[in-house]
Amino acid sequence: MATFTGQLINFLAALLLLIAFAMLSQRRILSLIHLFAWQGFILALSTTVVAYSTHQPHLYYSAFLTLVLKAFLLPWILHRLIIRLNIKWDVETMINVPTTMLVGIALVIFAFNLAAPISQLADTITRSTLGIAMASVLLSFLMMITRHKAVAQVVGFLAMENGLFFAATSATYGMPMVVELGIALDVLVGTFIFGIFFFQIRETFDSLDIKNLEKLKED
Amino acid sequence: MEILWLLGVPLCGGILLALFGHKHWAHELNTLMSLATFIAAVVLTVRIVNGGPMTAFSEQFFIDSFNVFLVALTAFVGFTTALFSRAYMRIEQHHGKLSANMLRLYHSMYQLFTFTMLLALTTNNMGILWVAMEAATLTTVLLVSLYRTPASLEAAWKYFILCGVGIAQALFGTILLYFAAEKLLGAGGNALLWTHLNEVKGHLEPTVLSLAFVFLLVGYGTKVGLAPLHNWLPDAHAEGPTPVSAVLSGLLLNVALYAVVRSKVLVDGALGSHLAGNLMMGFGLFSVVVAAFFLSRQKDVKRMFAYSSIEHMGLMTFAFGMGGAVATFAALLHMTVHSLTKSAIFFTVGHAAQKMGSQLIENIRGLIDTNPTIGWGLMLGSLAILGMPPFGVFASEFLIITTAMHEHPWATPFLLVALGVAFAAIFTRVQEMVFGETTGQRLPHPPALIPVFVHLALVLLLGLYIPPYLADWYRQAARLIG
Repeated sequence: MATFTGQLINFLAALLLLIAFAMLSQRRILSLIHLFAWQGFILALSTTVVAYSTHQPHLYYSAFLTLVLKAFLLPWILHRLIIRLNIKWDVETMINVPTTMLVGIALVIFAFNLAAPISQLADTITRSTLGIAMASVLLSFLMMITRHKAVAQVVGFLAMENGLFFAATSATYGMPMVVELGIALDVLVGTFIFGIFFFQIRETFDSLDIKNLEKLKED
Repeated sequence: MEILWLLGVPLCGGILLALFGHKHWAHELNTLMSLATFIAAVVLTVRIVNGGPMTAFSEQFFIDSFNVFLVALTAFVGFTTALFSRAYMRIEQHHGKLSANMLRLYHSMYQLFTFTMLLALTTNNMGILWVAMEAATLTTVLLVSLYRTPASLEAAWKYFILCGVGIAQALFGTILLYFAAEKLLGAGGNALLWTHLNEVKGHLEPTVLSLAFVFLLVGYGTKVGLAPLHNWLPDAHAEGPTPVSAVLSGLLLNVALYAVVRSKVLVDGALGSHLAGNLMMGFGLFSVVVAAFFLSRQKDVKRMFAYSSIEHMGLMTFAFGMGGAVATFAALLHMTVHSLTKSAIFFTVGHAAQKMGSQLIENIRGLIDTNPTIGWGLMLGSLAILGMPPFGVFASEFLIITTAMHEHPWATPFLLVALGVAFAAIFTRVQEMVFGETTGQRLPHPPALIPVFVHLALVLLLGLYIPPYLADWYRQAARLIG
């Protein structure tokens, strides 16, 4: 049984990595949000499996919280936003997707190297997935750098938080509940503020392209 | 009990002002709330001075001599800034820059920002510390974009994204810390309590802790404004309303540095080496040098003083990194005097910019003719921040540099050159602004200059004479940090 759940967790972790790469190359805003929702869903699923196999009751709560917040609420807010902003069908022009993917692969190798010494110290059944968690954090970071649309940057930001959450579950079976609740509150408030920003930026610049936001430079 | 007041008052203030923040008496309510917070902080301080460190609410809060002095400082500057904001925001309203909703947002967020700062300082839980630091970004980001100009939106967006990404690194650091702690303290809420971690710090896994510290330093260092992670800072300071610049510079940077120092204490204990200190010295020195050279190229007065904040935060980080009784004492003193002086400078600069209708240095001229108090305030504040004796900044900088000469002689030339460049840059520009021909307009509401001179008087006092209990207090904190 333990080996089966262990395999299942590894499988879900692999899916998360796949989604991180898919997000990196996804041009449609709407599909990006769907991918983000799937990421949240798989995160909740893998947390549930960990909770089941290790008998950690508090992990069920955090799995539930993840499901509600990251698989439904945040994607729903983002979805509402892009409808209100009328950018549902926007397609972003991205240059050099193959190069970005290659850089992404290099980041994954780097993440696994960085995680190796910590994984060896961990005694959780999930320790092998720590490398994947760090890789998804770095891939989201890369996504924020390569994107020029505000919404895509925010999705990258939230995906990074997902990666960190996954890291916390793989290394330690989750942070203390009070901290997790605090983080969830911050993420939720942050998403609302991003939403307000989208409208302010749109109102001022007539577009949500971050290129408009590169005027303040040292001269 | 005092802690409940200390945190409860600004939290209630935030809610009250969200409802009534647009009324004409909201400015006074804001000041009153900040005054109440300050009184609670004083009561708490008295109790700690008499009774020693304490924990409260099943150890979720922890106050010792290190954070109680920052609590007192934060509440004090929060109160004086509220006094300044009362006059400043009235004038801005008069100039038609603010709608009722903006004012409500501003007042409510001002109180909530104070709340998050105090929560970050008093909490014992390293996880909650992270949550409070992130919340501090969230409360100030909409204030930076308050005027909705293209530049302010850009500044706020940059602030949000850069600090968000930065603070995410700190979360990873916290996760690693928990990972190491859980093995010794068991899973659950207590494994992240600083007091518990401090007791077992000698047994924490060194590899994990050194990696954790790198992430914590980069994460919280972004908020301290350490180069090369400082890009958000000048923009956020220049584009937001001036009271916000004052609290960002005077309080937020201090609290972020506090988070770094708290982590350093744990890491030092676990590693038994000087790795954490060396990293902090490197980042600190680099920030001092980078900021000094950027300083001389600024055209906007608030940007210029924002870079000066980076320089001083770098100096403090360097001093904490050196460690030892004298350097830590100097760093704590520098935290205090920099906070007081920099917020005083922002108060005068804010009024000067209102008078001249521009923040550009070339448009601000002849302050001493149109309003001598603003002119003198700016001149004295700048002399103080540049480390002229007899102000307190001189005392702390002198201590830092002499310690550096003893222990790390290679660093001294960099420090001295950077301080010299900063002196030349700021002094010439301030001289142009204070003297010269002018066409300033009268302000529709009397400016708030009492806070400026109260701050400067305190800085002067600290330069001439540090009261024994205060010195004792710093020494206790320095012993704690090591």
